[in-house]
Amino acid sequence: MAKVQGAVTINEERCKGCDLCAVACPTGVLSLQPKEVNDRGYHFAYTENPEACIGCASCAVVCPDACIEVYRVVEK
Amino acid sequence: MTMDFKDIIKPENKVYSRPRLMTENTMHYCPGCSHGVVHKLVAEVVDELGLEDKTIGVAPVGCAVFAYNYIDIDWIEAAHGRAPAIATAVKRLQPDKMVFTYQGDGDLAAIGTCESIHAANRGENIVIIFINNGIYGMTGGQMAPTTLEGMKTSTTPYGRRVDLNGYPLKISPIFAMLDGTCYVTRQSVHTPANVRKAKAALKQAFVNSMEGRGTSVVEIVSTCNSGWKMSPADSNKWMEENMLAQYPLGDIKNTVKQ
Repeated sequence: MAKVQGAVTINEERCKGCDLCAVACPTGVLSLQPKEVNDRGYHFAYTENPEACIGCASCAVVCPDACIEVYRVVEK
Repeated sequence: MTMDFKDIIKPENKVYSRPRLMTENTMHYCPGCSHGVVHKLVAEVVDELGLEDKTIGVAPVGCAVFAYNYIDIDWIEAAHGRAPAIATAVKRLQPDKMVFTYQGDGDLAAIGTCESIHAANRGENIVIIFINNGIYGMTGGQMAPTTLEGMKTSTTPYGRRVDLNGYPLKISPIFAMLDGTCYVTRQSVHTPANVRKAKAALKQAFVNSMEGRGTSVVEIVSTCNSGWKMSPADSNKWMEENMLAQYPLGDIKNTVKQ
């Protein structure tokens, strides 16, 4: 079976730390930075388990600030 | 064998990116606000239909008052509640343009009820995007006509009482009763599946405007986590449990043959 691998990039400065991407992610890739904040003081999202990403783009679709870009590769 | 992330993150593998028509400005909305998602959908649909040079939006008064800063199309700012009247004029003078209004529940269902109902009753070929979050978000969380019974707001601190404040106004079914409307639908943007459905609804509405079929109304049941005093994720849950019981999702009227 072809294996699907995905990756996301997050615009950390644009992120407002609303956590909706982490809730929407079916494989638990994303979470909010527990301590670090961006220039505007938000605990921005980061890829905690990047290997689990399947590139479904659920996180990017629900992101209100459009700061997530999604890439997907299907391995033959 | 897992691939290296450098090999995955390449332009040819990109499946989702920031819509081309969104400007680089950071939106002033609170974290997790539904407005951002709807703005994104509008930008995507306008781009996909190739209407970039033909779209004129009418911004409301409310949280979305600065919508013109975020989507790179032509905009007009209307006085409070008067967006459908402005849109009527624009569409009548420039019938080849796609004209839409973007209004909240205070703008459309309170001060602008008259303009909205009459624009829809005249069957103006415009799209009304109606963001219903059941509260006045911009001014500090006061009761709106759409506030649910028992819902606490800053002007109903013990919850909305129907004997004192009346019932939640369900304005989309009123639009559906008018002969001028061709498409009235209620959507939400709290899950990826709902976002995709809302996008399809917006696309249908924009096509209706270009084809001159009558007024299309797309209500988006939204959250206002600052006004509701909840986290964005909790507001989505609260909306699903409470708002959607009063404002069920789906098409209310569709006279367009599929």
